[in-house]
Amino acid sequence: MPSITKPLIPLAPLPKNDLGLTIRDYEGAMSTLCAGCGHDSITAAIVHAFWELSTPPHTIAKLSGIGCSSKTPTYFVRGAHGFNSAHGRMAAIATGAYAANRELTYIGISGDGDSLSIGLGHLAHAIRRNVKMVYVIENNGVYGLTKGQLSASADIGSRPKKGDPNIIAPIDPILLGLSLGATFLARSFSGDKEQLIPILKAAVAHNGLALIDVISPCVTFNDHEGSTKSYRFMREHEVKEVVTDFVPLRREIQATIPTDGTRVVPMHDGSIVRFRSVPADYDPRNRESVESYIRDHQTRGEIVTGLLYVNELAQTPHEMGHTPPTGLNRIPLSELCPGAAALDALQEDFR
Amino acid sequence: MTFETFVPHPNAGSSGCSKEDRVEPTNDQDPSYYHRVVDCQWACPAHTNVPGYIRLIAQGRFTDAYMLNRESNVFPGILGRTCDRPCEPACRRGRVDGNPVAICRLKRVTADLKDDITDRLPTAPAQKNGKRIACVGAGPSSLTVANDLVPLGYEVVMFEQFATAGGLMRTNIPEFRLPDEVLNSETQAILDMGVDIRYNTPITSLRSLLEENFDAVFVGVGAPRGKGLEIPGRHDETGPESHIHIGIDWLESVSFGHVTSIGERVLIIGVGNTAMDCCRTSLRLGGTDIRVMARRPREYFKASAWELEDAEEEGVAIVVNHAPRRFVIEDGRLVGMEFDVVEWDEGARHSTVLDTVTIPCDDVILAIGQENAFPWIERDLGLTFGEWDMPVVDETTFESTLPGVFFGGDAAWGPKNIIWAVAHGHQAAISIHQFCHGQSLTERPAEGMNLLSQKMGMSEWSYYNDYNPSPRQQMRHIELTERFRSLNLEVELGFTAEQTAREAQRCLNCDVETAFQASLCIECDACVDICPVQCLTITHNGDEADLRGRLSAPSVNLDQPLYVSAPLPQTGRVMVKDENVCVHCGLCAERCPTAAWDMAEFTLQIPYASSPGVLRIPVPTKPTSDVRS
Repeated sequence: MPSITKPLIPLAPLPKNDLGLTIRDYEGAMSTLCAGCGHDSITAAIVHAFWELSTPPHTIAKLSGIGCSSKTPTYFVRGAHGFNSAHGRMAAIATGAYAANRELTYIGISGDGDSLSIGLGHLAHAIRRNVKMVYVIENNGVYGLTKGQLSASADIGSRPKKGDPNIIAPIDPILLGLSLGATFLARSFSGDKEQLIPILKAAVAHNGLALIDVISPCVTFNDHEGSTKSYRFMREHEVKEVVTDFVPLRREIQATIPTDGTRVVPMHDGSIVRFRSVPADYDPRNRESVESYIRDHQTRGEIVTGLLYVNELAQTPHEMGHTPPTGLNRIPLSELCPGAAALDALQEDFR
Repeated sequence: MTFETFVPHPNAGSSGCSKEDRVEPTNDQDPSYYHRVVDCQWACPAHTNVPGYIRLIAQGRFTDAYMLNRESNVFPGILGRTCDRPCEPACRRGRVDGNPVAICRLKRVTADLKDDITDRLPTAPAQKNGKRIACVGAGPSSLTVANDLVPLGYEVVMFEQFATAGGLMRTNIPEFRLPDEVLNSETQAILDMGVDIRYNTPITSLRSLLEENFDAVFVGVGAPRGKGLEIPGRHDETGPESHIHIGIDWLESVSFGHVTSIGERVLIIGVGNTAMDCCRTSLRLGGTDIRVMARRPREYFKASAWELEDAEEEGVAIVVNHAPRRFVIEDGRLVGMEFDVVEWDEGARHSTVLDTVTIPCDDVILAIGQENAFPWIERDLGLTFGEWDMPVVDETTFESTLPGVFFGGDAAWGPKNIIWAVAHGHQAAISIHQFCHGQSLTERPAEGMNLLSQKMGMSEWSYYNDYNPSPRQQMRHIELTERFRSLNLEVELGFTAEQTAREAQRCLNCDVETAFQASLCIECDACVDICPVQCLTITHNGDEADLRGRLSAPSVNLDQPLYVSAPLPQTGRVMVKDENVCVHCGLCAERCPTAAWDMAEFTLQIPYASSPGVLRIPVPTKPTSDVRS
């Protein structure tokens, strides 16, 4: 497959976004993942989301660790900055990058192995700090790159391609996030771009860490009968009661958004997330109601998807630290590091 | 989470909507569906397998490419220079980058570079079938009939009024466009199969021809009469030679060497391809000031764009909005022509006269069309003539109202093009074959198809599927300074090896079809995501207008069909493909994890007279008494 390239066909009516770019300008290299991998669909959704948001490619930083999922930043927005870090360390690298330059749009791509096994500690702290970034977990329940062993997100009873069904309880990144004080939690399915694209757009607008757990079937090692992360299982067990739209700021001026029967959450940058259809007792801003809703469905064997929890009131590390609005990397070294005398004066304050 | 056993999705197996508001799954078992995707082959009257022969060219297999051409269009060398090219405006490549593949020129390449094909041509069997067929005229339609019937054992007697074969291909197409050796080799190839050709034998009476007891008669006499222009002065010349010529007659005289010169100032009346041949021929016979006079604006011209270009390049003036009023004759000699200068309304339906001008000239050539003439067919034979004094000919069987008398080419329904005459000839041959064996002519053999997967292995396909962004290659012409030295100097030089290679790669291989099997699809979206032209969509079914409104890329060409799959197993949605701009790159099949998409080479099986199934009752090869019960 790598030998075959996706040709640029000079079709006249290819639509352009506000920057005059076509969707082809937001693509990356050809994927070398297995044909039919859910990750490639997520890549396509990310391409769509950034193109529709008209995000300038050079203002995007894409980060990843190790794994099938972590290969994917190569496959979208070829004009963006990129960093392939060590296994499980994407969250730590992203925290550092964000500290140095708050002006970029950060998107980290990770998997269930990278984030829920080796990198769980780093993920927990990035959530706790509320680093402003989009954090996508491409969750397929297996270690695909090492031939399909069950991962930390495999459900009890899920059957691997070879061997016995799983008996160890899984880590659910959404429930984990709720307990750690995450400010934006969503679950989606790689086979449902209609849902995933608006969630990705809202995640980019979110002021803090936006964690998106995307069930992304491993077509090679986890798409058989008996798997709970297969295309077929997801289509039969997905519950989409929480339906959200993302309304960018500029559209709000053009048309009035009907709010009857919907819940509107204004985002930090003035855009809004509209919850079009939610169950009566569901409040996407209430941690307890969200948790019980997810647990109720889990006991019934159902997978709830959608933008499940959002809190726009929390602060980012830069806001908490009162750092200047420009990236620290743009501040002259003499100002950023005023020297031993300034340090002495500061320390004098604490005596 | 607990694991549950598989329960079929409530929507699986149905589209979830009523019959009225959904599109039925496309029937891809009907050959016409995939055939229509091959736009060039669909547009070609003879359904030439264009992408098939272009691939052979790309492989350097010129002889094979020529033979593949010859199967359907019989005259690749002639048509590669003179065809009206209905395939090119239809070509998918034109919808992609604005310029179709130079199909016609590639066809010429096969003729230019082929090896000796003598041992690959069909031959007549030693044992004849005892049937005698008369062909009137030795033009493209008659020759095609002979090409199809002689190998079946028919004795074909061909009557030609001139001393050479080819019909209008010889008399009306000047040698600088179609060299004699090309014409001779392709017509002779058929005659050499064993056609009983009777040169210099004009048929003057159908009655006496019928009295010769042929089993069937094919009339392929073309449309041999040039239209006149009856305006004042037309018959006032008194000199020994008229300087007002009928275009096709004049070209014929030039072709046979009866006319070798013309005056310096020539006016051509008419804007079809005959007019273009007349003006360019005039330039080679001594004309220096040649004007093509048109009544209407340029966009209403009948001439092919490329022939118009060639004429203008040679210095012919195209004068629009001039309507002929009269020939100016002084002392019994043509000295000029008077025109109304007109202005047209939108759509060029009504004109207003602005002025009247006289343009001096030495000769006028009338090229305003041609018509049929059947003075040799007696009207009491039972052969009905209808409107415009044209014979009534069945559009499917090509039979006239007199059983056993068939028409084809321009003789059937008036002037068309060579490729149409060839298509007619093939169909008429089927009819004659059926007629001679007492079978119904209306039960035609059906077209068939073959679909052959091109997958060789992982990322390996047996066709070259990279998109080549090269622009259309330009034909090389002989220098303008050299061009007029002789009447038979061919102007177009053909493609170089490099041009051929590049142009062949511009072909999108539309015949390597995207074949979809809904039952295998797991709806992973891989094909939808990878498609470089976004022509795939997985969505719920609806009526066609509704579906077209929900496609990944806007549906801009309503003339191109949608492929709609059977309901997909997991959700009951359907796979929709907008056939408009698929470039047949094969990436959908490359990315498909379950091989629900495949790239399969489509071969249209076109019935010819020699195909099995043309005769539903097989003709016994031995006397019936030999058949044991």
